[in-house]
Order: sequence, then C-alpha cells, then structure tokens
Amino acid sequence: MSVSTPKERRIILKHADDPNYSNRIGCYLREGGYENLKKAFSMQPGEVGEEVLKSGVRGRGGAGFPAGMKWKFLDRKSGKPIYLICNADESEPGTFKDRQIMYKDPHQLIEGMMITAFAIGAKQAFIYIRAEFHEGARILERAISEAKKAGFCGNNILDSEYSCDLVVHRGAGAYICGEETGLIESLEGKRPNPRIKPPYFPAVLGLYQCPTIVNNVETLCNVRHIIGMGGEEFSKIGKPNNTGTRIWCVSGQVMKPGYYEFECGSLTLGQLIFDVCGGLRPGRSLKAVIPGGSSAKVLRADERFSGTLKDGTEFDWGLEDIPLDFDGPMAAGSMSGSGGIIVMDDTVDIVEAMANVNAFYAHESCGQCTPCREGSLWMRKISQRMCSGGAREEDADLLLSVAKQIEGRTICAFGEAAAWPTQSFVTKFKEDFIRKATDSPKERDPKSLQLI
Amino acid sequence: MDNSINLSDDTLSKIDEVVPKYPEKRSAALMVIHLVQDELGAVDDASCEWIARRLELQPINIKELITFYPMLREKPWGRKHVRVCRTLPCALRGSYGTCKTFEEKLGIKEGHVSEDGEYSLEFMECLADCGQGPVVIVDEKTYENIDGKTAEKFADLLIDGKLDESEDFHSYEDSLTQETKN
Repeated sequence: MSVSTPKERRIILKHADDPNYSNRIGCYLREGGYENLKKAFSMQPGEVGEEVLKSGVRGRGGAGFPAGMKWKFLDRKSGKPIYLICNADESEPGTFKDRQIMYKDPHQLIEGMMITAFAIGAKQAFIYIRAEFHEGARILERAISEAKKAGFCGNNILDSEYSCDLVVHRGAGAYICGEETGLIESLEGKRPNPRIKPPYFPAVLGLYQCPTIVNNVETLCNVRHIIGMGGEEFSKIGKPNNTGTRIWCVSGQVMKPGYYEFECGSLTLGQLIFDVCGGLRPGRSLKAVIPGGSSAKVLRADERFSGTLKDGTEFDWGLEDIPLDFDGPMAAGSMSGSGGIIVMDDTVDIVEAMANVNAFYAHESCGQCTPCREGSLWMRKISQRMCSGGAREEDADLLLSVAKQIEGRTICAFGEAAAWPTQSFVTKFKEDFIRKATDSPKERDPKSLQLI
Repeated sequence: MDNSINLSDDTLSKIDEVVPKYPEKRSAALMVIHLVQDELGAVDDASCEWIARRLELQPINIKELITFYPMLREKPWGRKHVRVCRTLPCALRGSYGTCKTFEEKLGIKEGHVSEDGEYSLEFMECLADCGQGPVVIVDEKTYENIDGKTAEKFADLLIDGKLDESEDFHSYEDSLTQETKN
C-alpha cells in the first residue's frame, strides 16, 4: 500500500508554512501575487467565467458543486446589483483549512475574490468570517487595506473603470451561518434562518433579494490559480470531474494529524491515514472514519464498498482503498464534504462518539423547522441517556426513526447533516448500540476517552 | 450622537466607520453589537435600544440576535474567558478531561463566571483547529494540544498570570507574528 503514496502538491498552501513568507503584501508580490488579477483584467469578464467553467473546479465548501456552473446561474437580466460573498464561516467539525489560508496567505483570497468579482460584475464583495477567528478578521482587514493602497481592490481597480469594495463581516458563533442562505440572512442583520429553495437560490434572489454568488475560501483561491494557468491546464490536475488539489484536514486518533494538500484522487484514504499521517498509535487498530466533516456518514473500518462508478468502471473497495476526491467517498455512500477527515481507533466508544455529534447538531439547529429542532434535540437526549447507564435495546431503532423523520423534511440541508451521523452510526455499528443496553455497566476502559 | 450607554470615543468612531460600509444599515447589526460587546462585555437592554436607534431598527431586532448567536452576551463573561472545544475531533484527543481540569483549577463549572468575576469557562462547539486538539482559546488567543498534564500546567500559568511570558505555550496567533518578522 505504501509503495506509491504520492507527495503533497501544494498549490493553495504553497507558501502557508514557509518561514520566509508572511501574510503581508510584500511577500505576496514577491511570489508573483496579483499578476493573475492583471491577467484577468486584460480579459473580458465572460472569458474569465469560461476559464473557470473549463477548469471543472468544484466547490470546496462541502457540496462540491461546479463553481463555474454556479456563476452561470447568475440572474443578469434583473438589472439589480450583483454581490459576491466569501463563505469563511469554516464551521463543519473536522475542517480547518480555510483558517490556514486566511491567517497565512490572505492576499491569495483577496486576489481570487477580486478576479471573481470582476468576472461576475459584482458591485460589492463580503468575507463572512466566523467570529472565533478574531485575529483572522484583523489580518484580512489589514490585507484589504494593503491591497486597496496598491490598487488591487476598492475604487478603480488597476486604474480600470471597475470598482468593488471588499468588507470583512464577522459572524457570532452559529454553525448555521455556513449554510449559504442562512449566511445571507445573517449578513442582512437578521437571525440566520435559511431560506427555502426555490425560489431563494442566491444566484437569483440572494443578498437584499439581489443576485449573489457565495463561494468558499478555498474555491475562491482556486480561481486565482485557474486564471494563472488557464482553465484547460487546471483541469489536468487531479482527475476528470475531480480537478485541482484538495486540502484534507485530518483530525482524531492518528500520529500526525494536520492539513495536507494533494491532487484530487491521487491517493487513497488508507495512504493518507497510514503513510501521510503516520498511522495510529501503537497497539491500536482502526475502527471508523468520518470522511468529510461530522455531517458525513461514518465509514466502518471493515466495510466493503462495491458498485459502478459514473464512468462505468466497477469497484470493490475496503475503507483504505477509497480514492480521495469528490466521487470516491460519494461512491462509498458518504461524502468528501469540506475535507474534514475524523479518524477513530478501537478505543473509541462508538455510541459516545455519536452522542458527541448529536450534541453538536442539537446545539446548532436554528430552530426554524420543527423536525430538525425537535428531532436533533431528541437524538441528543436519547444518545446521552444511552451513555449515562440508561440504554435500552430498542433505542437503536428509536434513534433511526427520529433521524428518518428529519431527513428530507427541512428547509435546508442541516436536517440531513443532523440525521446522517445517527443513521450511519446506528446502522453500521448496531452491535455497539445493543451492547450498551445488554451489558451491565462496567468501569470505563482507561484508554477510552470520554466523548460526552 | 446620543451616548447614553457610555461608549468610548474610539468605539463610537469605529461604529461610525463600519455602518456606511453596508448598502443597508441593518446589515451592520452584528458588527456594531461586536464593537459594543467588546467594550462593555455584554449587550444589555439599554445597549440594545441604543444600537437599534443607531441603525434605525426596533430593539427586538437587536435582542433577537443577542439571544440567538452563541457568542453574543446579555451578561459579561469573566475578565479572562477560557473556551475549550467540546466537539468530536477535540474530544477524541481528550477535551473532556481538559475542561474538567479547568473546572477544578478555576473553581467554576463550565458555562459560569467565578464569583470575583475574574474567570469564566465555556465548553463550546468546534473552533476549527481540529488537527491540534484539544483547542483552548483564552480571550482571543488560540492554544493547541492542551490535554492531560499539559492542561494542568496551562491552567496554573493562567491563574498565576504568567501564560503570556511562558516559553511552553505559544498561541497560534503568536506563532504567525514570529513568521511575519522575516
């Protein structure tokens, strides 16, 4: 397995951990910064959009929707102003890639945003950053003012007719603001209750009911590189339908957790965990992996995944064989989501792990839709009771029934995000749930950490 | 400008600066609330009313934000506010133990403020630094891998007011500053 583990290919994080590189504009310019903005401004806005479409770049925020396609949906006939929003709320548990970009190389994001703003004809752009990133917001503010002074942002960008202001907007600790319509409500100064689609597709009815593009930090940084190398060249990185690199954030019980940037599809989940991240602690074995942030369905270490890929090839994988791109984890019945890979070894109490995740979703439900507000709360209560000595054999089925009543019955995808962990944990580890009820309470294994 | 809630000139000028950045005043609500809370520690009813007037809104439009967003406060936290991440990736690296250590050392339950108002502790959801958990934020600085004995040492330094000068703990933010010098 370790024979051919590829090397990292850092495009987005190329300079992030270089000791001779800072987050100031001088370093960025020294490394060719803002040259791609100049290139974009020598093109027609439509041509910039075409390059992004050609690149095949898919959104890095979680859903993996092609960014160029998203831009195509913009309603340009309404005559209303167009807005660009960078989703920098980075709140999916297990994800910490956008933090590295904003703290360590903020100008890359600003350049990507100004190219995007020019391409879509945005009147104004916002960075919606989670409030826990106190210093991150200050770094971005400073970088924006540096960029403004140099004419890369704000009024008459590069002495052209085009102007676009860029404003840093801080959230206030709510996960739901990562959902793009919730984010828009929040940016309008309201409670972030997501809007129903249709009709409220942001590209048509977004901020102030105007056409709006919301893209993730990493996606917008990719735009900068797409213009630099051309859409065609970019599409050769990675694999068809899975182009570019991805930053995989590995957390949990591996020897070397961290963020690693690889060409899409260039390595497997097993190579990432056992080679790149140095494997598990001595004497431990793999129990489960959540491959795309805590809302992605959990994968069991001894599961087999088989079927036919979109291109017709048949596959039969173990967990370690799953290719790390967009389509691999999807084919295995889960998703690569925001790239947050959470690893659990055999010391983990799987019911407690699920209870931990359920407590998160119960806390973060915005409360707008009854199935989600009540369901996530009951899933938390039931799983917590199970972990405090009150487990019953029928609880597994009860949990599944609650989860089933949330999925597909809510305005936004939070309902699924809350239901999928319970559905997958209970279905795949049913024996752990039954054992909770049947085995008399005993002392906690000292190696097994408390998770709830 | 009406200054019935005693904000400093600095905060008032920051508010005057931030409001016109938005096409609609209401959009500035969160940013104005942050500025008020940064100075006063919390946003009480009088502050709500003041912010509402400033943005030409009703007090309920501000109140409903304060009561929704986890980081907005009607009552202040302690002078030193400690946040420990509770969510799965940090829990898988011992954050429940970390929180317990802080509860014992600071003598307060999570979610509470110490009687003298010096410390408060919050066991909160994902802080987006999952690779180096357990993650602890003291005021605005993020510290990584604070588990087990390390957490005890960290809490002791915090209580002694010696965290900033300690060679053993460098925040995520301060490690960046050092790189910036180059």
